[in-house]
Amino acid sequence: MVNMINKTVKVGIIGTGNIGSDLLMKVQKSDCLECGIFAGHNPDSRGIEFAKELGVPTTYDSIRYIQEHPDCCDIVFDATSAKVHSMNAPILKELGKYTLDLTPAHVGKFCVPLVNLDEAMKQDNVNLITCGGQATVPIACALASVADIKYLETVSTIASKSAGPGTRNNIDEFTQVTKEALIELSGVKNTKAIIVLNPAEPPIKMHNTVYALIDDPDMDKITKAVHEMEQKIRKYVPGYKVIVGPVYENGRVTTSIQVTGSGDYLPPYAGNLDIITCAAVEIAENFAREKLLK
Amino acid sequence: MSRIRFFDATLRDGSHAIKHQLTKETITSYCRAMDDAGMYTIVVGHGNGLGASSLQVGLSLLSEEEMLTTARENLKHTKLGAYLIPGFGTIKDNIEPAIEYGVDLFKIGCHCTEADTTRQHIEFVRNKGLEVYGILMMYHMASTEKILEEAQKMQTYGANGVILMDSAGASTPEMVKRTIATLADCLDIKVGFHPHNNLGLAISNAYIAIKEGASIIDGTLRGFGAGAGNVQLEALSALLQKEGYELNHDLYRLFDVSKEIVKPIMPEDRALTDISIVSGMAGIFSAFKIHVLNAAKEFNVDPRDIMMELGKRKVVGGQEDMIVEVAEQLANPIKSDTESYMLESLS
Repeated sequence: MVNMINKTVKVGIIGTGNIGSDLLMKVQKSDCLECGIFAGHNPDSRGIEFAKELGVPTTYDSIRYIQEHPDCCDIVFDATSAKVHSMNAPILKELGKYTLDLTPAHVGKFCVPLVNLDEAMKQDNVNLITCGGQATVPIACALASVADIKYLETVSTIASKSAGPGTRNNIDEFTQVTKEALIELSGVKNTKAIIVLNPAEPPIKMHNTVYALIDDPDMDKITKAVHEMEQKIRKYVPGYKVIVGPVYENGRVTTSIQVTGSGDYLPPYAGNLDIITCAAVEIAENFAREKLLK
Repeated sequence: MSRIRFFDATLRDGSHAIKHQLTKETITSYCRAMDDAGMYTIVVGHGNGLGASSLQVGLSLLSEEEMLTTARENLKHTKLGAYLIPGFGTIKDNIEPAIEYGVDLFKIGCHCTEADTTRQHIEFVRNKGLEVYGILMMYHMASTEKILEEAQKMQTYGANGVILMDSAGASTPEMVKRTIATLADCLDIKVGFHPHNNLGLAISNAYIAIKEGASIIDGTLRGFGAGAGNVQLEALSALLQKEGYELNHDLYRLFDVSKEIVKPIMPEDRALTDISIVSGMAGIFSAFKIHVLNAAKEFNVDPRDIMMELGKRKVVGGQEDMIVEVAEQLANPIKSDTESYMLESLS
């Protein structure tokens, strides 16, 4: 969609690690978003140096800067950690900021743009689940739309290099929240999520597998639904690709997806950054366009 | 000479060999018979630990509650242990319930370069006042310096010890010697070793580890375990007794339980097969074996080729979904995307 009125909505990014820095690059490319503040707290942050080079306003005061300069942004991306977001959330609500939470804190409603964007636009705090959730929930929903799933399981493997300290310190929330989002958004009650880190060099691309137990699966219908979903996701995550199946093997319907990143902040192996930052920017842009049209 | 502790993983690693189909009867009779045989802990559960029952690595016959409560009822003297790999299980879904079922000791594991994913879980167990050990799997894939760095992280999280798993049985005696000596020298906590037998070296590698300062050996009776199997505890116990180590093991009991309870449920003999040896050469997680054989059959390709290709891709434990992908690509070579990716990443 073209920005007809040539105006932008300001966003704040809290958290200057891999996810925050990748978000910044995507915001820079957006025609309706503008970064009002890039906020961290660690003076050694590589992300802040990087933002300064881009000429973006930065601060080491983290959320306090937004409290003291409430006009710096209308939308806030929180890419800190589950623990920090739990403390930030009430403050951001009080300030009336539309908040997109990229940690597994699960304060607000889960959102995968393809599944429930409209609902997310009405919230004040939206949770982006996890990179694994963003990659697998759409496939789970596609399968659930054409089949009765007895059991659903997802495995997301990411390159160690792409998992920053936030992800590592929150691996427990990461696993738990991915499962809870799969249940809530796909409607399949019996669900499991697995996350694996792989340190291989050169780093592996983000890899996801969705297994489903389905009685007498209609593979033509399933294949069609999965590939339609793939095409839709590619509109905002161009590197999203189904590489295996869906195939019926050993009594299960298996689909594997590889996500190649656009190489904004980390090289293309880190598709796990893109899948969650693209989703967050997609929601923010929709919110911004609506706001600008008002 | 510090006392050597045996961590008995028969009812955990052995689960791999029988596709996680442990029965209540086996758990009951095993725990009852082994309760006062001198093991420091008996670890029970799915081969990949709590929360791992899945299509990815195999579904358990029994629930965690059934396995752990059955073991608990039959262990009066020996600590009940459980294993967990973060990313498979969580504190809320698995560790908290396991504590309720009466688990005394936890082993928290991760791939050898990812120790920081165990911090939450080690700290949680420590704060509950229970014993906890950090596990570094597939240790052959990282340098000694890296292994030390990761083990030191686990020490700072509060682990009572660090155990290296030779998950692929890919160790040479020199690797064991170098790595264990470094850990024993630089850590303030206990050091342990968990050998696999792919290259026929499990007992000798365990012995070398002890000589270099390891005080925990994690193994199984009869070598019952994933892939080529584990270090056979009754044989190691005999060797150590012969060498003058003071052990409180009831050696004849270990022999009897091995023969009467373990042997009948073992699906095959423990000779070194081509698949096991190739898996040790390629450095593939031992528990991949059954999945590789299944995929080879399904896609009509040579399982040895699958193993070698997985080795090239440096897959780690938990990546069983890659087996289907590799098998499919070996069956339809034109679809392979790897070469183009390799070229891409060079450019």
